[in-house]
Amino acid sequence: MFLIRCPYCEEDRGEEEFHASGEGHIIRPENPEACSDEEWGNYLFFRKNPRGIHHELWHHTIGCRKFFYITRDTQSYEIKETYKVGQKPAVSSDEVAKK
Amino acid sequence: MQHYSGFGLLKHAMTHHENWQRVWRNPKPKDSYDVIIIGGGGHGLATAYYLAKEFGITNVAVIEKGYLGGGNTARNTTIVRSNYLWDESAHLYEHSMKLWEGLSQDLNYNVMFSQRGVLNLGHSLQDMRDINRRVNANRLNAIDGEVLDAKQVQEIVPHMDCSANRRYPVMGASWQPRGGVARHDAVAWGFARGADALGVDLLQQCAVEGFEIEDGTVTGVKTNLHGTIKAGKVGCVVAGNSGVVAGMAGFKLPLESHPLQALVSEPIKPILDTVVMSNYVHGYVSQSDKGDLVIGAGIDSYNGYGQRGSYPTIEHTVSAILELFPAFSRVRMNRQWGGIVDTCPDACPIMSKTPVENLFFNCGWGTGGFKATPGSGHVFAASLAKGEMHPLAAPFSIDRFHSGALIDEHGAAGVAH
Repeated sequence: MFLIRCPYCEEDRGEEEFHASGEGHIIRPENPEACSDEEWGNYLFFRKNPRGIHHELWHHTIGCRKFFYITRDTQSYEIKETYKVGQKPAVSSDEVAKK
Repeated sequence: MQHYSGFGLLKHAMTHHENWQRVWRNPKPKDSYDVIIIGGGGHGLATAYYLAKEFGITNVAVIEKGYLGGGNTARNTTIVRSNYLWDESAHLYEHSMKLWEGLSQDLNYNVMFSQRGVLNLGHSLQDMRDINRRVNANRLNAIDGEVLDAKQVQEIVPHMDCSANRRYPVMGASWQPRGGVARHDAVAWGFARGADALGVDLLQQCAVEGFEIEDGTVTGVKTNLHGTIKAGKVGCVVAGNSGVVAGMAGFKLPLESHPLQALVSEPIKPILDTVVMSNYVHGYVSQSDKGDLVIGAGIDSYNGYGQRGSYPTIEHTVSAILELFPAFSRVRMNRQWGGIVDTCPDACPIMSKTPVENLFFNCGWGTGGFKATPGSGHVFAASLAKGEMHPLAAPFSIDRFHSGALIDEHGAAGVAH
């Protein structure tokens, strides 16, 4: 069971208040009409799905109902950080690999 | 290969069962193979078996980083059925069902396939409309199925609470009499033994670390234990780790890996002689031959490779089962575990060529791959042998995520594994 710090509520709350929404920082193509089938398919469906550091979008469903990001290790499940939409992650897979 | 029979059992009893032949060899790998299968689970072993048996390609190796059948094959809840909605998937799963029906004889290995029937419950008018539609679609595809009302369901499962007093009363169900369960480990072992006897090398405790790719064509597999092994073709059947292996070959897949949990109770006297599943309350249960209730439900919502999930998911699972079977409230749970399932956006598998020539992927079976084990192995073997995807596998190409020809089986896949 995760104890997740919502960056908006600034409180550690139980996992059941939250819902994971998959990979974060996916940018919707600015002009979908101009996309090729390949670009549009890649945007909709293709994911990094890494074994290790993953930046993912979560929703504080039974709380402030805001979306935010978590940097989490998908192997150990350790939560490295949480941060607001619009912010950049402090922890990346390259930095973890260096250590 | 030593043939198994009742007489053999008797004969070996005379020598206290001390002279049984080893079930498979532990071979030294060759420098090169016609086909290398990555992943020694049910699907990978079935692929190797059918390659050797049906398509005459015996210079085959199966590379497994752990032990045979130790991943999702050992962790699933063993349900077999073929009542899928769309033609493409119905044909594929029915192909598998037909192979299941003769599998123990074919393998000379008892996979304990028991056609005890599968119930998919409906708890709302919309559920019942969907069930009617799906059963009609199944019958048009010559797959057995019936729509039952609550009274008929009660007759089949007397211990389930089908009264109108529940919060989610049972309104009816779809019933596939040919569905059932099989012994998961025996499936892996039977295919492994059969493949080994036909000359396939099963290389265990050997992890794949990369591919040797020349001009966009795969020519070998880099392993941690045996260096680079050359291969004419490579079939990758690694379920939850598909995304990681695809990354080694330099492309992405439309998959996300999630933990899926299951649990079993202490063994109890026979109480449930069929499989009950409900998409609505979201849980399913059957009883194994040993007597334990085998219970499962949905995936954990986050991505993960840790082969374990969260407690809230277990709680939801158990509360769903108690909604159906209040009588199980005093049953104690014995074990709980998690496997890593590779879920696809349309809840259908991927059996496909890839951007790398001669590298084929069979993945994305998500939460319900066990039932497809023989069928998946058979059509994937046919595709590897020919170099072209088998007609049953062709609709499940990766291309569908660019063309838009998705096969949306979220309804029929539901909670049911």
